[in-house]
Parts: sequence; structure tokens; C-alpha cells
Amino acid sequence: MNQPIENGVMVYAEQKKGIVHPVSLELLGKGRELADKLNVELWGILLGHNIKGKAETLIHYGADRVFLYDDPTLEEFDVVRYKHVLVELVREVKPQLILMGATPLGRSLAPRVAAALNTGLTADCIDIQIDDKGEIVQIRPAFTGNILAYIKTRSKPVMATVRYRVMKPLTKDPSRKGEVIEKPTPKIPDTGLKVLGEISTRRVNLAEADIIVSGGRGLKRKEDLNMLKELASILGGVLGVSRPLVDEGWVSKEHQVGFSGNTVKPKLYIACGISGSPQHIAGMRDSEIIVAINIDQSAPIFRIADYGIVGDLYEVIPKLIETLKRLKKHE
Amino acid sequence: MDKGLHIIVLIKQVPDIEKVKFNVEEGRIDRSSAPLETNPFDLNALEAAIQLKERIGGYVTVISMGPPQAESSLRDALARGADRAILLTDKLFAGADTLATSYTLATAIRKVGHFDLIICGEKTVDGDTGQVGPEVAEHLNIPHVAYVCEIKSATLDKLLLVSDMGDKYLIEVKLPALITVTKDINTPRLPTLRNVLKAKKATIEVWNANDLAGYGEVCRFGLQGSMTTVFKIVFPSEGTRKGLIFHGDDAVEKLVEVLRERGVLRLESTD
Repeated sequence: MNQPIENGVMVYAEQKKGIVHPVSLELLGKGRELADKLNVELWGILLGHNIKGKAETLIHYGADRVFLYDDPTLEEFDVVRYKHVLVELVREVKPQLILMGATPLGRSLAPRVAAALNTGLTADCIDIQIDDKGEIVQIRPAFTGNILAYIKTRSKPVMATVRYRVMKPLTKDPSRKGEVIEKPTPKIPDTGLKVLGEISTRRVNLAEADIIVSGGRGLKRKEDLNMLKELASILGGVLGVSRPLVDEGWVSKEHQVGFSGNTVKPKLYIACGISGSPQHIAGMRDSEIIVAINIDQSAPIFRIADYGIVGDLYEVIPKLIETLKRLKKHE
Repeated sequence: MDKGLHIIVLIKQVPDIEKVKFNVEEGRIDRSSAPLETNPFDLNALEAAIQLKERIGGYVTVISMGPPQAESSLRDALARGADRAILLTDKLFAGADTLATSYTLATAIRKVGHFDLIICGEKTVDGDTGQVGPEVAEHLNIPHVAYVCEIKSATLDKLLLVSDMGDKYLIEVKLPALITVTKDINTPRLPTLRNVLKAKKATIEVWNANDLAGYGEVCRFGLQGSMTTVFKIVFPSEGTRKGLIFHGDDAVEKLVEVLRERGVLRLESTD
């Protein structure tokens, strides 16, 4: 292949221990669409150690070229080191758009890169479009999702972090051809950061769950969460909660859905005894199907629900469990 | 201030997000519709600073950029234990995106001079970007650790931290550095009445663009220094959900039926 042409669309491929984060594959799908519209190449950039095999994967998901930095110093995520590598590459190949997942890593790394390049960055986008003038439009929810802001960036490159699970990845095509460019990793002096290790791995991953059964203040005692856990288990889902239950110390923050917890987008979200504060709704409003079970008919949660039962969750949930169990036996 | 850590806490005054109203016709946020408060995450940042000061000694400076009324948030920070408060206010600072905001804050920090640690909340409830902290760190060319949920140990030259990136990491960072903290790090204390009264009389330093001119480029402040523009605001319609409420004794059966029809129930036996 020729030298990369300037103005490409670049996707930062986040990986951990050689596993590429699914949001990066989604971004390659979106990036492919945007690159085709802009008539430019789609590039992936991959940093880490012992990850050479993953570069091809990015091509199978849509990249034309992958810039690969494989080096022992990149084993752990050192935000300053990673920033140096990205900034150096961006200055060399001059992409017009850089997309990163709005993951904790992306939301720590992207602003550093943007500030170093003195360019604009839009957080947590749910869509990127090209308008009639060929300009890049970034769309993001603001004010706990009450509004959608349409944003343009006047500097280059345009940078955006994009929410997980809103874009669709392309189907993996192992016959797709592209070029992997192995880049030497710049020698970077001490950054002041030392990642000493992972001390705990997330056990529940609400962001990836297809079914979430969530409890809120309608629950009277911590033990009553078992009822929701049972329902979640029958459905093959996971337990979520609204913030008050985390504040009460009933359950760890990993389970929290909402503005200061997890943003989720399951196929089915069952809210039990959750009234629906704006903060909670901000974290689950994009679920495919929302079911609300609440004793108070005027609870805001019903306004965004597809289906609802007005009733005492202490009667409704056991009945629901029983009904599902019966069905399960029959099938 | 010569003993211990000099800690700078960056805070923002925001509208109470639960009460804010939207002007749908004009496509704008009616900021006057909601009472103002200190961004809740910033209270955790301030509390972390006060706790560090109590542990190993130090001095806490709070800085806020905003309109003149942001002074009340700074006074509240003094009442909660901060030692010095600086308000950055000027029409030239207005209309700033995260890049211009972080540049202005970094410029003010350069004017403050010596510091060991900068602490920010993980994000603001109105902007919800989480970008300003890491951007300030980059402008000042110091390392940062985001999503800090625990400070394991602190000395005058380094911190041992737990960063909650979904999975939790143990990270050591040399000072000077910047950290952003999550709500899990602590429970912010309330100011005592005595301190509230004291803070009422305290001086809030006010710096405008001119005061910062010798420490950065004025053209990178505010609207002029902003690279992103919101050119349209849309109110997502909520009318797309069915809102079907089931009543009566067979409500549960009806719900299960409709969920089966929509293909979201996986009821194949697992045992």
C-alpha cells in the first residue's frame, strides 16, 4: 500500500490483556461509514504488549490500516505514556477525526490527547454524522439526557468519545485486506505514574448485560434483594439498583444504574420499586424494553416505560417468579 | 503553608440538575429556573483535600471559574475547611468549552505558583464530560490519575491510589500531580455553623483575564479559545414508549405474555 494519506478517520482500539474492547469494534463500524462518506481511509491504532495478532482483527472489522505499537513499556495503561504515543502519531499522519470509546480509559486518555493537540473534544457521543457541507457533527446527550446537543469542532483533528453499545460493529470478515504498520514505540522518560497492578476485577458488568432487574427504594430490607436476584437469575439477567440502595450499603456500586453509576442499554430493563429520578433515568432510558413495577401510579418511571404494573412489588415479583418458573418447566 | 501539601481543588457552581427546566420552544436551558449549588462531585474532591491536610498537613486553595455568584460556592468551600479561595470571573472567560476552561484554570494555577496536588471531581453534573481535570493536567504537564476511589497512602512526594476504571488498579503517582475522584472516596462533611460565620467574612480573591495575562495567552480563554460549538439543541421525544399498564389479577400473566411475544424471555430450561 501507499503511504497513508492525510485526513483519515482514526479509531483508538482499546485493549486489555490482548482483548479488544467491543466498543472499539463498534467504532470501526461507524468509522468505516464515516470514512466512506468522507472518501478517506479508516485507521486503527493499537497500543499494548504482545498484541500483534489483534491488529488483523481490526482490519477484519473495517480498518484499512492499523498502526501498531507493541512494546513492554505499553503493557499497563500509563495515561501519560499512551498520550505521548498518540500525539506523536497524530502529528505524523494527521487524521481529521479520532474516535475513542467513552469508557473510563477513553475518558481519561482522550482529554489529555486533545489538550496536547489544542483541539476540541466532545464527550460521550451517541452519534456522529456528516452534514451537507461535509462537516462532522457530533451528537451527545446533556443535562442527564434531557437534551441532545449537536456539536461541531472548528479545530483539527475533531475528537470524540463515543458511548458503548450505540454503534453497530460490522460483521467480521477475515478476507478483508489491509495493512498493519508496526511503529517503533517512542522512548519516553519517567512519567511519574506507576501502575502497580489490578487489585480487583469487576464481577458484574451491567453495561454488557442483556437483561437487568433493578430495585429501588420500594424495597424495605436488604434481604428483599434476594427476590430480585432470583428473578434476574431466572431471566438470565443481572441485578441492578438505584443509587439509594448503594448509599445504604446494601449492594456494591458495580450494580448501580444511573448518572453517577452505570449507563446501561439492555434488551430488557425491569425497574422494581424505582420511582424514576432524572439521575436514574439518565442511566437506563435507552434500554430496548422498559418494564416498571411500582405501587405509585404517578411515579415518573411509568412515563418512560413500555409496560407497567401498578402494584405492591412484594406481591407482583413473587407472582412473576412463580409464573416464569412454571413456564420454564413446561418448555 | 511551608509544611505539608499545597493542594488546589477545582470546583464549579452548577444548577440543581433535578430542578432545572428547559425552554423547549427556544431550545435552551433556563438556568435561572433552578437553584445553584456546588457540583456534588467537587464536594468529594474538597473533602479528599481536607482529609489529606488533616493527615499530613497542608494548605488548601479552591479555585472556581464562573459568574460572580459562584462566590457563594467558594465561601461554602471555606466553611468546609479550605484556606484560600479564588474566583476567576470575566466576560472573556464566558462561553468556554472544556479546552478553554481547562486552559484558563491551568493559567490561574500557574499564577498561584507552587502546588503539590490538584484534586477535581470526576465530572460535573451539568457538563458531564469529565474532561476538564485531565486537560488541566496536560496543560500543566503533570501526570493525572482519573476515577480515584481511595487514597491508600500519601507522603509529601507521592500518593498511592486506587483508580476505579471498572476494574480497580493500584497506582503510584509522583507529585506534583492531578487526581479526579469518584463519589466513593468519602462522604463530604457539612460545614459547622462557626465556620459558616467565619467564611462569611473571609476574602474571596477575584481574578479577571487581565490578572492572568502574564501567565497564559488571553486568546485561549472563553469563546475565543473554544474549539467546539453547540449549534443545535434537540429535545428527545419520550412518546415512543407504549406505556401499557396492566391491571387486575392477571396483570403478571399479561406482562409475561407480551414479553414473550417480543422475544426477550429466554425460558429454555437450564438444568
